[in-house]
Amino acid sequence: MAASGTLLVLFLFAHAAGNLKIFVGLPDFDHYAEWLRELGTPLLPHAWFLWIQRFGLLAAIGLHIWAATVLTIRAKKARPVKYAHRPKVQGSYAARTMRWGGVIIVLFVIWHILDLTLGVVNPATGDSDASQRVVQGFDPERWYVTLFYVLAVVAVGFHLRHGIWSAVRTMGQQTTKGERRAKAIALVLSVVLVAMYLSVPIAVTFGLVK
Amino acid sequence: MDIKVRVWRQSGPSAGGKMVAYDVKGISPDASFLEMIDVLNETLILDGDDPIAFDHDCREGICGACSMVINGVAHGPEKATTTCQLHMRKFKDGDVIDVEPWRAAAFPVIKDLIVDRSAFDQIIQAGGYISAPTGTAPDAHATPVPKKDADLAFEAATCIGCGACVAACPNGSSMLFTAAKISHLGLMPQGQPERDSRVIDMLQAQDDAGFGGCTNAGECTMVCPKGIPLSLIGRLNSDYRKAITKR
Repeated sequence: MAASGTLLVLFLFAHAAGNLKIFVGLPDFDHYAEWLRELGTPLLPHAWFLWIQRFGLLAAIGLHIWAATVLTIRAKKARPVKYAHRPKVQGSYAARTMRWGGVIIVLFVIWHILDLTLGVVNPATGDSDASQRVVQGFDPERWYVTLFYVLAVVAVGFHLRHGIWSAVRTMGQQTTKGERRAKAIALVLSVVLVAMYLSVPIAVTFGLVK
Repeated sequence: MDIKVRVWRQSGPSAGGKMVAYDVKGISPDASFLEMIDVLNETLILDGDDPIAFDHDCREGICGACSMVINGVAHGPEKATTTCQLHMRKFKDGDVIDVEPWRAAAFPVIKDLIVDRSAFDQIIQAGGYISAPTGTAPDAHATPVPKKDADLAFEAATCIGCGACVAACPNGSSMLFTAAKISHLGLMPQGQPERDSRVIDMLQAQDDAGFGGCTNAGECTMVCPKGIPLSLIGRLNSDYRKAITKR
């Protein structure tokens, strides 16, 4: 969980940083999208680096889901009889919503690829410029899509708030002082990431990026 | 105080069980939770019913025998307190209190509120010891131990092995228990020779006993009557990583 999760978090930050390029200008954003395909050339053929990245990400996601499934099955087996009385959680809310939160994020990622990568569920088609898919996809008239993105990104934030700290713990963080620090860093990173991701769809929906 | 308790009644390991409600009248607020059950049991015996079976021994919070999930919280609402040290003044007159046994596949119910915790013994047998040399006992100050290590080792050693961590864990994991045992031995010079094999073997025994995996949810430390810190799980993870990379 920790190793595959770390790779995914690193990707999320690179992806979020790239998104912000749209605030520089739509042609710059398209230029950035094209650069992602040029990356690695001429050592690698066109777009190969991108595909290597994509397969790496798929492997990380696969390992992450596999580990989560094993843990869930073990948890179910470890408590065959449920408590009749189970009050609200004692520990962190984020920690207790990791599993369903993860499922929601997977569903969101599928939608997100169909929407902005392939353009299947986007008013602009897959052949259009990347910036057009963003601008038309988050059009004020499609406010419900923006709302869905906001909810999903907040779910990612909750997932990371526990996930980042938990990964640090799994890798052997073991002091009480370090625990407070790691939790604070996880919270800050999650909030920053959510803010970076939300800025683009909200800016488009409110007409700040045209 | 007049209260109503709903208690898990199960006549034997393979029998089915259910929650049964009892009215308990005239309980002193200064009675402990176990004394309240004692009073209830006296009335049950007088009525010719089977008394509620529950684990208890020292009744002063140090043996780890008492094991009740009270209103969904292992050892009840009072933090860092065993069930035997919980008093009825923490409840209100007229309260309805649910009492259940630890719920874990590795802790099968023997009767009513008593569970078989020998899975913890299996974890200890796998490596929760140091191989002590025979002969006369060495002087206590013969091997210097840094004060910081001694304090943390002592904190870990206060684990009484009650199993509340497992009862509270959403994954039914015994990680906090195993981490406490690994830490209190691994922090001491005497615990070094077996430090690597200990963590590998105890984790294997934990998995074999049918406990779940740890996801750092942190519910265990919230109910631990001895306040064993969650950070010890990080220590276990660190020891485990070092042990498997050395292999």
